[in-house]
This record gives sequence, structure tokens and C-alpha cells, in this order.
Amino acid sequence: MKKNKFKQNTLPALAMAGPVSLWMILFVTLPMLYIIYISFMSRGIFGDVVYEFSLDSYKTLLDSTYFKVIVKSMKAAFITTLLCILIGYPFAYYIAKQPKEVASKLIMLVMIPFWTNSLMRLNSWLLLFQTSGPVNNFLQNAGFIDSPISFVYTDGLVMIGMITNMLPFAVLPMYSSIEKLSKSLLEASADLGASRSTTFFNITLPLTFPGIFSSIILVFIPSLGIYTVTDMLGGGKVLYIGNIIKNQFGAIRNWPLGAALSVLLIVITGLLIFIYTRFAKIEDMEVV
Amino acid sequence: MSAIVSLINVEKSFGKNKVVKSMNIEVKEGEFLTLLGPSGCGKTTTLRMIAGFEDATSGIIKVQGVRVEDKEPFERDVNTVFQNYALFPHMTVFDNIAYGLKIKKRPKDEIKKRVNEMLDLVQLKGYENRKPDALSGGQKQRVAIARALINNPKVLLLDEPLGALDLKLRKQMQVELKRLQKKLGITFVYVTHDQEEALTMSDRIAVMNEGVIEQLGTPREIYDRPLTKFVAGFIGESNIFDGKVISVNDGIIYVETSAGTMKVKGNGFEAGEDIHVSIRPEHIKVSADSVEGFNLRGKIKDNIYMGTFVKTSVDLKDKTEIKYSRIEKEEEFTEGNFVNIYWNPERAVAIKSKS
Amino acid sequence: MSISKKRKRQRMEEFIGTTYSIAIYAILYIPVLVMMMFSFNNQRYNYYWNGFTTQWYTKLFSNSALIESLWYSVVIAVLATIISVTIGTIGALGLKKYEFRGKKFINEMLYIPIIVPEIVMAVALLVIFIKVGFALGMGSILIGHCTFCIPYAVVTIKGRISGDGYSLEEASMDLGANRIQTFINVTLPSIMPGVMSAAFLSFTLSIDDVVMSNMLAGAKNSTLPVLILSMNKSGVTPDVNALTTIMILIIVIAMVLNNLIKNALKKRKKTEETI
Repeated sequence: MKKNKFKQNTLPALAMAGPVSLWMILFVTLPMLYIIYISFMSRGIFGDVVYEFSLDSYKTLLDSTYFKVIVKSMKAAFITTLLCILIGYPFAYYIAKQPKEVASKLIMLVMIPFWTNSLMRLNSWLLLFQTSGPVNNFLQNAGFIDSPISFVYTDGLVMIGMITNMLPFAVLPMYSSIEKLSKSLLEASADLGASRSTTFFNITLPLTFPGIFSSIILVFIPSLGIYTVTDMLGGGKVLYIGNIIKNQFGAIRNWPLGAALSVLLIVITGLLIFIYTRFAKIEDMEVV
Repeated sequence: MSAIVSLINVEKSFGKNKVVKSMNIEVKEGEFLTLLGPSGCGKTTTLRMIAGFEDATSGIIKVQGVRVEDKEPFERDVNTVFQNYALFPHMTVFDNIAYGLKIKKRPKDEIKKRVNEMLDLVQLKGYENRKPDALSGGQKQRVAIARALINNPKVLLLDEPLGALDLKLRKQMQVELKRLQKKLGITFVYVTHDQEEALTMSDRIAVMNEGVIEQLGTPREIYDRPLTKFVAGFIGESNIFDGKVISVNDGIIYVETSAGTMKVKGNGFEAGEDIHVSIRPEHIKVSADSVEGFNLRGKIKDNIYMGTFVKTSVDLKDKTEIKYSRIEKEEEFTEGNFVNIYWNPERAVAIKSKS
Repeated sequence: MSISKKRKRQRMEEFIGTTYSIAIYAILYIPVLVMMMFSFNNQRYNYYWNGFTTQWYTKLFSNSALIESLWYSVVIAVLATIISVTIGTIGALGLKKYEFRGKKFINEMLYIPIIVPEIVMAVALLVIFIKVGFALGMGSILIGHCTFCIPYAVVTIKGRISGDGYSLEEASMDLGANRIQTFINVTLPSIMPGVMSAAFLSFTLSIDDVVMSNMLAGAKNSTLPVLILSMNKSGVTPDVNALTTIMILIIVIAMVLNNLIKNALKKRKKTEETI
């Protein structure tokens, strides 16, 4: 009797959810599983993958050279995240407190620079801070320094690049969580005798924490894997995990090691997401 | 009159949750039938099964004598007015109303003519170029009705269509809808939880509770002769006593309850069986002296002035509170006085206990 | 007395907030302005400021490597946008509307390309492509871009599908439209804003992408960002600055026009309503 059941329900479901499901399985699930698999293989003499189980790659990660890079990357990502949150929160707060029309325009203004190629924006910092660039010229002309300071290819310049690149990803989630905050809650708090700082720490901050944590995830995780900033501003002298992974699949050809580093990033990502889901729904994360 | 929609043993479950249980109903051609019940009683699900948005888990649904369980919503000769109107926000009033005909690829001038007729019918001439956003609730309602009627459906299904309107507008639309239905002679199947709305508009009412029809009848039958305790309680205000039949004498049943004894007219009851007695506030009488067959003594708790009448609460001996109402002119017992409650046994309703 | 004190404090706060925000905007805009400024620099390589010229705006068109990579990037971005928005739109609707086994899994998979560092996704795709012998080139880059554009498209569009949408679809079918007619006449228009922003997002993500394009590129062609990355050692030449300046101007003008048209339509609607 229900011969139309297929036509009414199964077929549309298959036609609509099918392609995206297939794509995700083919190009996300399978590659991810395969990279995990490779991380447990070993490297042949010619840079090929020898399909024998081994934990060598993971042991190599504990070597001082690689371990140092991992720690350095983590530190850089941590500092980037911390500064992005600290700089971004008051900024997001200021925007969120503007009238709605103004706020949406101000948010637009945050987005516009990001339609410029990110490498070219990074390159600008290089142009500004290079030996004969405007910053050095200014400092010399003003008599602050005698000879130019070499900013280029330093950790400091990399950090500037990281923060300026990541700031909007910190601002947007925090903005939308502050914006959603009901004004009446703040008024109720004030009405009940709380000072403005008490209200901030007891009402505003806890209620916008999911936004802050979204920001943390959206800044920390990409920062950990980034290699374009170090390539552009570190000039091959500053290396992060991302550079190491890239090199293993490029010139150096040690896939299992690159895979193990990738697995490390996956595990850290998973851990942060797990913590996030303890107190918020992943669907509520403002990713766009 | 023949049945235009019939449901035969229709059941619907969502997972383990049985929402509609063995539903049997025949909608007569041209009638205004209301499915009335509290939220979650299965009335909207029933309507959606007729429209084709939900598949019945089992049972047969016929429209004009033809089984439709396997038909898609767009293959059925019924149209729906949705709870929140479901007007297409990106289309003008004209395009909304014309939608059904455009889908059928009718010629342009015919569409124009028909839409204009519909605009006339619902008194919305001059609004055809507006978007739904720019309409008031009542106007949206009219567009939704016009849109559903343009296909000349055999049956119009209305799912709480007035629920989003304010009281005054709702009353006005009730009258208009009823007039429209009479004028067009189309069968209306109407879903509402508002018992007053059901009473004023319907030819027949099916009172539903927990997936079953408790009673199907005219508004007067439903109001005056409720068949179940639920119906008595749900429709209008009622005082309901649970008790036991002491004796039956010439169609008069003597009942004992924890509040006292009473009598009620009714057939088919035997001494010793459980019974519910329902009596409307307006049928209750009070007196200082005791009345034969009644032993319901209570203390007046308060008198509330309601404009055309006064509503009085009386505490009976077992602490049940009963309410009665009377026109203000009548003599009044003041708070704290003891009174005897009684009524004309024909006015009270004897209801079989379900278990 | 106390009122004026409060007023004073409010003014002070507003002043601090505004100054602070202007500073942040400055930091965000300085790289863009510097980039634009050096497109007018009269020097073969951008080592220092050497006077004003507009020559790079004409010379860039004779830099065939630059123009080719731009063309390559645009073709990939357009294709990635079309594929991602198509799959993403019907996928978002399907995932929202239908229940099936494994739906939760697919929903979780969608967040992986958004959250996991891109380099990880890129190398994972790389090893799979090499394993199955899929030739690296435009196809592999395209798949890479779609793999992160589709999830963004799904998330963006899913957010625009309101519960209201179902009753609209039901209303359409109730009035005699079949599934396909309903999709075209009702569903698609109601999520159109979401589809448009998904398209915009996909295009910008694709055209600006370095990591996927770099890892999955074949030996022959490279996209514009990959070309810029490779120039890094020798220094990015001013004609690239000129090209990037042109691109951002096009985007900003398009956005402004879009806004103007939207506002004009809104105004027209408002006057209509008052009549």
C-alpha cells in the first residue's frame, strides 16, 4: 500500500542530503582516517612510505628539535589568542553597544580589509618594517636610532602578522554574543544595586563566555597550523608546526612524520572542541 | 448528505507516541465541522493527515469516496489555511493568491479575473501589490483564506486560523468566516482549542482528547448533554461531582458523593455503579431550606460581580468548591452564610464513569 | 550635581571607546593602505619608497605569469562557488528536513574542515590523491576548495532556514505545486539571502586560499596567492600590489552598489506602504 513512501520520503532525502554526505565521506572522513593510518607507518630510505606499523614518527616528535617547534608554535598560538581576545573584547563590546544600524556598518568595516589577499596584507607589514622602510626611516629621522633596526624575519613581526590576521575571527563571535545579551539583564543587575564592574563580571562576562570560547577556538586552532605568516614574515627563519608539516610533504618527504604532526593538531582540536561542547552546542558556534 | 471526507480507523504514531487512536469520522458535504480539544490532543495531526502532510500509520482516509493515503498533498482536492498563515514572504498579495492557478498554468487573464474575485470576496481590493510584511494580522488572514479558496477546493482545512489575532479581531473574523462558508457552501474542517469559537461557528463539533474523539455532535448537544467527564469539563464552565448511584427511580438517579447527596435525570444507570454528575453554574439554585433529594450544604465564600451577573463560590463540606452564577437582581446571600444547593434534575447531566 | 558627574563619566567612556576603536580600525586598515600605496611606488622591487608612478597599473597586464595565475584563481573560485553553493544549498535543506541514519555523523563531519587547521585537511587530501593516482592540478585544487567551502555554505544556509519554511513548503504543495515547483517557487526564494552570502563567502575563501592551492597544485599552474607566496623570497613586485588594489576596489564598489540598490528598494517599499 505504501508504494509511494519511497518517492515521497526516501528519494528526496537521498537526492538532497546524498551529495553533501558523499562529499564529506570521500573528502573528509577517508583522508582523515588515511592520514591517521600513515602516521603509524614508517619512512623508507627514499622518502617513500613503508607500510609497517611503527611509532617512530611519534617518537621523533619528542626529539628536541621538533619538540621545540611544537612548544614554540603552542606558545605563539597561545599569545596570539590571548591578545586577540584582550584586544578584541572591548572592541566588540564597543561595537555591540552602538545602535543596530551603526553596529552592522562597523562590523562591515571590520570585514572589508579581509577581502584583500591575506598574503598581500602580510607583505605590507614587511614593507613597513623593512630596513629602508617607513618605520625605520621615521625612527632614524626623528633621531631615536642611529642605524636601522632589523625587524624583518623576527618572531615579533610574525606575531604582529598573526594578531592582525586573526583579530576579526576573535571579534565576530564575541560581538554576536554581546549583541545578543539582553539589555534588561544589565538593567536588572543595576537595579538590584550592582555596580557597573560587578554587573560586568557577574552578568556580562559569564553570559558572553560561549562567544569568547568560540573566539578562542577560531583563533587558537588556525594559529597553530598556520604557515603563511611565518613564510611571509619569518622568511624561513621562524618555523611553526604548519611549516614542518608542509615540508614533510614537500622537500623533506617524510610523510609519516608529517602525518603524526597532523594527528597532533587533530587531537588538540578535538580536545578543545570537546571542552567547548561541555557548556555550549557546537551548532551555536559562530563560525561564519 | 454524503460524506465528503471520511476517516476509517485512522491511527498515527510518532515513534512510540500514539497521537491519534482509531479515529472514525465522516465529514458531511457542506458542513462546518470543528475538531476541538486541548493542545496535544491530535486535532492538528488529524487535519494534516487529511491534507497529506502526515502519513497515517494505519487506516483509511477518503476524500469524495476516493482513498487518498498514497496521494501527495498537491494531488488532493483539499486546501489548507495555516496556523501562521504561511504566506510566501517574497510574493505580493496578488502572487500569493494567484499561486495555485499559476502552478496549474492557467491563462493570465483568467488568473487575473479569479484573483480579483477572491480579493473582492475577502475585501482586500487595493492591497494586491503589497508584500505580506506590510499587512496587519487580519489582512494576512484574509489573504491566506483567498489563496486557499482560489483552487475551488471541495474541502477547506483550517488549522487554528484565528489563533494569532487579538480577541476583538478574532470575534469579527469568526462571523466573517462563518458567513463565507455559508455563502460558498464549501465544507470546512476547522481546528481550534477555543471552545467558544467552536460553539459559535460549527455545525458539528468533534471534541478530542488524547487522540480519541470523546464526543461528536452539534454545539447544543455538546454543551447540554456532554457524554464524558472530559467534555463536560472542557466545554464551558461546569461543576462535576464523582459519586455512586444509590438508587434509580423513574428515570431519576439518586447519587451519593463526598460532598453530599443529589439527584439527576438519566437512563441506563444501576444502583451501585460509579457516576459523574455535571451541572452548569447557571443552573444551580440556592435556598436557605433543604430541598428533597439534595443534601449539599455549603458556606458562601465570595461573590464576584461580573457585570451582567454575579458569580458565587460555595465551599461544600468536603472542601470542594462549586460555582454558581445568577443575574444580579435576584436576592443575594452574603459571604459566610450557609446555603443549600439544588437544581432541576433535568438540567444536570449524568455521565457514565469510564472505568 | 550628581547628574553632571554621571554625564561627565559617560562622555569620558564614550571618548575612550571611540579612540580605542579607531586605533583598532587603523591596525586593520594600515596593511591595506600600505599595500595600495606601494602599488604606486616607482621601483622594480618594493624596497623603499622611490616616488609616485602609475606605470604598474598598465604594466601588470603584460606580466603573463601574473595574469595567468589570476585567471586560474578566478576560474577555480567560480567553479568552487557553483559546486559548493549547489551541493551546500540542497544539502542544508536535506540535512535540516530529513532524518536518516548517519545524519549526526555527517553534521559532525561538516565541522571538521571549518575547525581543523587547513594544512591538515590539505595534506590528508594530498596523500589520498597520490594514493589513488588522481593527477594534481586544477581538479585537485577545486576538490580541496569545495571541501572547505561546502561546510561553510551548509552552515550559512542552514542558519537561514527557519521553522516557518516548512509551513511555506506545505502551503505550496497544498496549493498544487509538486516538490520541484515548490523548491523553485518557494524554498529557494525564502533562503536566497543565505544562498547569496554562501556564494560570496565561497568565492572569497577560494580566491584567497593559499594552503590547499599550494599543497594540491600540480607542477604547471599556480593560483595567484600561491604565486605571491613564491615571490616572497625575492620580494613581491609592485604590479601585484596594483592588481590586488584593483581587486579590492571591485569588491568594495560591488558591495556599495549592492547596498545602495537594497536601500533604494527598501525606501520604495516604504513609500508604497504609506500610500
